[in-house]
Amino acid sequence: MPVDMRTYLGHVELVNPITTAAGCAASGSELAQFFDLGRIGALTTRSITMAPRAGRPTPRMAETPSGMLNAIGLQGPGVDAFLERELPWLDQRGVKTVVSVAGGTVAEYTALARRLTDAPGVGAVEVNLSCPNIEDRGRVFARDGAASAEVIASVRSVMRYDVPVVAKLSPDVMDIVSVARACVDAGADALSMINNPLGMSIDTEAMRPSLAAVTGGLSGPAIRPLAVRCVWQVHAALPSVPIIGMGGVLTGQDAFELILAGACVVAVGTALFHDPYACLRILRELEELLAARGFHRLADAVGLAHRPPGATTRHRIDLEESSL
Amino acid sequence: MTGTVLTTRRVDAYHALTVVAPGIAERFRPGHFVGVAVGGARTSMLTRRAFSVHDVKPDYGGTVEFVFTVRGPGTAWLAERRARDTLDLVGPLGRSFPLPRDPVTCVLVGGEYGSATLFPVADALQQRGCRVDFVLGAVSADRVFGALRARRMGETTTLTTEDGSLGMRGRVTDVLPGVIADVRADAVYACGPMPMLGGVTAVAVEFDIPVQVAVEEQMACGVGVCMTCVLPVIGDDGVTRMVRSCVEGPVFRGERVRFDDVGTIPFDALGAPGGGTRNAG
Repeated sequence: MPVDMRTYLGHVELVNPITTAAGCAASGSELAQFFDLGRIGALTTRSITMAPRAGRPTPRMAETPSGMLNAIGLQGPGVDAFLERELPWLDQRGVKTVVSVAGGTVAEYTALARRLTDAPGVGAVEVNLSCPNIEDRGRVFARDGAASAEVIASVRSVMRYDVPVVAKLSPDVMDIVSVARACVDAGADALSMINNPLGMSIDTEAMRPSLAAVTGGLSGPAIRPLAVRCVWQVHAALPSVPIIGMGGVLTGQDAFELILAGACVVAVGTALFHDPYACLRILRELEELLAARGFHRLADAVGLAHRPPGATTRHRIDLEESSL
Repeated sequence: MTGTVLTTRRVDAYHALTVVAPGIAERFRPGHFVGVAVGGARTSMLTRRAFSVHDVKPDYGGTVEFVFTVRGPGTAWLAERRARDTLDLVGPLGRSFPLPRDPVTCVLVGGEYGSATLFPVADALQQRGCRVDFVLGAVSADRVFGALRARRMGETTTLTTEDGSLGMRGRVTDVLPGVIADVRADAVYACGPMPMLGGVTAVAVEFDIPVQVAVEEQMACGVGVCMTCVLPVIGDDGVTRMVRSCVEGPVFRGERVRFDDVGTIPFDALGAPGGGTRNAG
């Protein structure tokens, strides 16, 4: 029997829990050459900014053990070009789209949200809180619960009521649960984690930092335990809040791990660079894994690892009942 | 897709791998490249390595050959592959070299193993009745790739090495003006290190003839999603944009690439820092 893979982001139904991580699918058309985007639960865009951005100089990438560092600097065409070309393209193909937004001030996030609120095809808005706050001496929004909450409240207030607002959290904080709680209190309908923690590598040949921007975001399986921990802690504290889990998901088993920790949607990022077909492969592997464990519905696995030790799993109960 | 290694061989300082990959061979055009996964299924090396295709043959349904040099653990792993090993490849990727409609005279300039890319171009040009002349160069004799094949295919072949161990002492750009003048070249095709491409473009611009260059940039994905392989390129509208060398390239009209600004964000590029979002992200 096929597993019911449907999941919900707020009240928005996704056909399955696989999405792309922000910044890992460009405008969507690049991946559409490899698979039908309609087959994944949602596509998350790169972070859209108000004005076009050229990003950081090269080299922007350095491979690290089981991961990579990147410093792209939010390169993108700006919201006008996005609304004119990229979003309609996705909308016409019926792709459920999570639009990631980024800004340097609360006003900028608000202005972006206002531009998106009338646009057809916005399935959800993911607020990238990892941008430095220009008004607050360059401190990153996501490092501060109050600053994050201010952005979320402002975006929530202008966004259409039926479009979920997702707060994307950074693991580079003392207490991710308190930031998560501040975002939810400010009106976030869902949380997504984790954004790239900051890392650095030095080219020992050139004896200089490997990246032009010196530091960069670390992604890939190297950060998966960090992601599992964050999802676990936040789900434990806020069990009713939907979580998009991400961080080094390469296989269906990796996705399953995040689901057991409490994620109801799983985003695939760096794996797409290695394998453009990764989303569909991971979805297939996840479904097989769920079926092999006796699950009929994906929803039954979400946060399952939180049950107390000694408690039986759901499907075992099902088996006992069926054997009566 | 999975390809099976057919042969591996050393070519001077380089390695050449021939892989049975019909799907790639079938759609290949000169200038295309492949993205190769390294390290095997359980590897800690996540990014693909990009290699331009040197040769495509119809054997076993279609084979592709690419040439590389060992630069790190990924290429070292690749150099250890043997016949019948399998390789995970994506391709063909990128934009191919545009070819002239009429039979004209073309000078093909290659630096180091960048020359590998030029032989399929030479083939295609000759099929259209073009005259092909080669200029190949490197630091030393063992790093000049394809001299023999160039001598067989080209009307003339000029070799340069910086240490003088083969051909003329110096760089390809030292001899290029002479070659262009001698053969009355109508176009230039080039592949090699970035500074060389900048020099070749400057020469071609001097002679007022078109120049097509295939750039070499560090890529993580090769399919246009990772945004790591950007370089400043002037568009049809005169605006400089940071474009991806994997999907908008790797072949560009030479004069469109701002070689002196590679590795920077030129102040006049679209979306360059300085606006209100200066410090975002």
